[in-house]
Amino acid sequence: MNTHTVPIGLVPGPVHDRLEALSRAKSWMGWAGYISPAVLETAEFEYFAIRNQTTLFDISPMHKYRITGPGAEAMLNRMVIRDVTRIAPGRVGYVMWCDQDGMVIDDGTLFRLGDADFRLCCQELMYSWLLDAGWGFDVQIIDESHRVAGLSLQGPTSWSLLKEAGLDLGDMKPFDCRQVEPGLMISRTGFTGDLGYELWTGWDGAGALWDRLWAAGRNWGLRAIGYVALNIARIEAGFIAAGMEFQPVHAARRLHRGRTPIELGFGRMVHWDKGHFNGRRALLGQLGKGSRYSLVKVDIAGFKPAHGALIYHRKRREVGYVTSGVWSPTTKRNIALAELKAPYGTTRTDDLWVELYVNEEGRWDRRMLPLTIQDKPFFINPRARATPPGPF
Amino acid sequence: MTQNDTYDAIIVGAGHNGLTTGCYLAKAGLRTLIVEKNDWIGGAAVSRSLHDGWTYSNCSYVCSLLRREIVRDLDLPRFGLQVIPYEGGATFTGDGDYFAYMSDHDALRREIARHSPRDVDAYDRFAQTVMRQCRFIRPFLLRNAPDPTSLHPRDLGELAFLVKQAHGLGARELGETIRFWTMSIGDFLDEHFESDLIKAHLAGSGIIGTGLGVYSPGTAYVLLHHYMGDVDGSIGAWGFARGGMGAISNALGQAFAEAGGEIRTGAGIDRFRVRDGKIVGIALENGDTYDAPIVASNMDVKRTFLRHVDRACIPDDFHKAVTRFKIRGSSAKINIALDRMPAFPAAPPNAPFLRGDLHCSTSLAELERGYDDWKDGRWSAEPYFDMLIPSQIDPTMAPAGQHMMTVFVQYAPYDLEVDGVRSGANWTDGARDALADCVYEKMQQAIPDIRDRIVHSEVRTPLDIEREVGLTEGNIFQGELTFDQLLFNRPVPGYADYSTPIDGLYMVGSSSHPGGGVMAAPGANAAREILRRAGRGRKMPRLAS
Repeated sequence: MNTHTVPIGLVPGPVHDRLEALSRAKSWMGWAGYISPAVLETAEFEYFAIRNQTTLFDISPMHKYRITGPGAEAMLNRMVIRDVTRIAPGRVGYVMWCDQDGMVIDDGTLFRLGDADFRLCCQELMYSWLLDAGWGFDVQIIDESHRVAGLSLQGPTSWSLLKEAGLDLGDMKPFDCRQVEPGLMISRTGFTGDLGYELWTGWDGAGALWDRLWAAGRNWGLRAIGYVALNIARIEAGFIAAGMEFQPVHAARRLHRGRTPIELGFGRMVHWDKGHFNGRRALLGQLGKGSRYSLVKVDIAGFKPAHGALIYHRKRREVGYVTSGVWSPTTKRNIALAELKAPYGTTRTDDLWVELYVNEEGRWDRRMLPLTIQDKPFFINPRARATPPGPF
Repeated sequence: MTQNDTYDAIIVGAGHNGLTTGCYLAKAGLRTLIVEKNDWIGGAAVSRSLHDGWTYSNCSYVCSLLRREIVRDLDLPRFGLQVIPYEGGATFTGDGDYFAYMSDHDALRREIARHSPRDVDAYDRFAQTVMRQCRFIRPFLLRNAPDPTSLHPRDLGELAFLVKQAHGLGARELGETIRFWTMSIGDFLDEHFESDLIKAHLAGSGIIGTGLGVYSPGTAYVLLHHYMGDVDGSIGAWGFARGGMGAISNALGQAFAEAGGEIRTGAGIDRFRVRDGKIVGIALENGDTYDAPIVASNMDVKRTFLRHVDRACIPDDFHKAVTRFKIRGSSAKINIALDRMPAFPAAPPNAPFLRGDLHCSTSLAELERGYDDWKDGRWSAEPYFDMLIPSQIDPTMAPAGQHMMTVFVQYAPYDLEVDGVRSGANWTDGARDALADCVYEKMQQAIPDIRDRIVHSEVRTPLDIEREVGLTEGNIFQGELTFDQLLFNRPVPGYADYSTPIDGLYMVGSSSHPGGGVMAAPGANAAREILRRAGRGRKMPRLAS
């Protein structure tokens, strides 16, 4: 018998049996090799549960790396654009890291579990890059991707639900993280822009954790969701996604596909005063020369989502495209994230048009729709940041 | 001491239409005042807490018609408005079965086949016909009604739009359209379906809020009126406003305040002040007077002209037309606080369709008998009801684990008959209780333990709705939605453009085109007309469509 075969195709994640039992739509997708739900029942109702009740989504396929040791802080500080020394133990920071040209390799959340203990969660495989970045530092780097499972509990009743599950986190502020029980860490983080938490536990404990939340969720409208619903919420919140708003530069095969944090709208997150970090010189250079591109939030006329549409200036010159576009059911706007070539989107922001092709029962229609650039996220609700949170 | 002040515009009544008009006028730079007789705003789009821990949408209870263009123009989500769709619905029979309407199309087909295999594709053709009619009518909602009697270029333009739309239908479809607009929902359903239960489930939308039976001509249009709305582009879908229907009014109120508008509650109108055929302002019951060259009434046309305008100020023909305007109360409302989710023994556990609209009327004949009772001045012995438990979806409506149920009841008369005498005075507490009891009796068909679940209830007769909200006879649409009083005939022939015989006085409520429901279209259309006449037409935003 050959013992060296690997599974072909997608493999089940830590709570797949629960998801399989809930799936009516039978709509699955691959996420880092795992079977992940695109839709469990209907995307529409799953979406509304995010903004009205509470939702559960398995984020275990995320890559998770543990960085420990006396040199961990210094090593990460040299790797990412933010000042890691300003992330206190028990806090989580959103971070990006670049190559020497200032192009974004990936983004993710950095959990500071202790003075010399970090966990980095991200979309892309990053083990070898972390080992490279750790060269010369007194650090230990472990790939925890298949050891640590994560469940994302998001929605206005999520705090109430956790309380009913015996986990009172009323004092936890956004971006706090804490060990609440042996083997269970909770962070007040998420990808929805709403009130929400992420729960982290051992791979084998994920099923029991799911059941515990499920039992407590009965009175709080808990619903399991898939990626399609989550994606609407993340665009409303204005969050970028790897492979959509930017191409992780290590994975892009074509030249010039990389984008800098400044071009993605995160210039203010670059901490210049912290000393050297990867890409600093190139980014400084860009500050002087100006960006090549800008990623913007746009509000488009009409009701048809403009995902992938090209953008024109004065309806003639092609100046960019929509990276993610969706009808926003909560803000009742036709929203999108879009990349524009400089100077459009920076100094020239008027007379911009989206070119949309719509198929209405067999008849194609081309529409030019005006767009306006927004500076704030589309969905902002004080309940997302209230501490202690409200019951709903 | 009485107050007086001068404004650019005054709106009487802070219902959702009055508030909508107010928002557009204030945004156009008019100094605008809204006066409201109640101590709260919203008219029939209100959320009220009458029992600790529970919130009732105690008049209107679901949302679909609210025009998305207006929501976007006025940026209502920024002021807290969140509309959440619900899925499906069901009609429960007396023998432990049900017909479930499901949003999953394949499941719906299986469910229809369970009752009648022939009705499966019949449903698709029914849906196609209704959807085509919706597509035809929706463009008219945010326009003035075309008036074929006028030769004014603007009216001719509207008429040309109608002709163009109608011509595009083709001869056969146009014929079908005219049939559809005039026929009864009963006849229409009989043409499509064979299952009594399915017909009864679908017929409800044709009679809700209307003093007509399922076989009365014109009720097919009433069904259309309930289907032409949408939630996020899903035409025909209905939803809840998070926090109850008051969330719509409160968002409009905040948008109005941000635009610089002023609201005075507890300020009921005494009369519209008219001089030389022109409006000059209003006088309140408390003696305050306010002046304005523009005054808009959010009240229905009967209440406006028969109670608050001096008869000498309006032509006799107009007065007669207002008097004959049909605005009959036909429905009651029961709002219930439940101690837990009631059991529906017929339905599978956690069935998604329980989150939708639930009914117990199982045939068109039964519905027609209910109408017969109403004609005689009694409530229906076997009432039709449209009941929902929004707290299954909206966590803000009831304490966790407990629930709020809204029950729309039809038919219930305004002037109840007792011992041969028809009078609103017959709505005693005893009569109210008897009505509720009759509803619970019928409701046991779906929920046998309903009486044990009730913690608190509020029973509202047509008379109660008139007294509190101000709707004449408690008619929810500010005038029935029949062809004789729609489009250019709504509310009164010759006055479909929101104007009145009094210069500067406008009608902005649901008595005007395109009619009732929490749509805000009359309010927005009226605002456009007011601004145009005030020479500020360019201040009206182009609709965000």
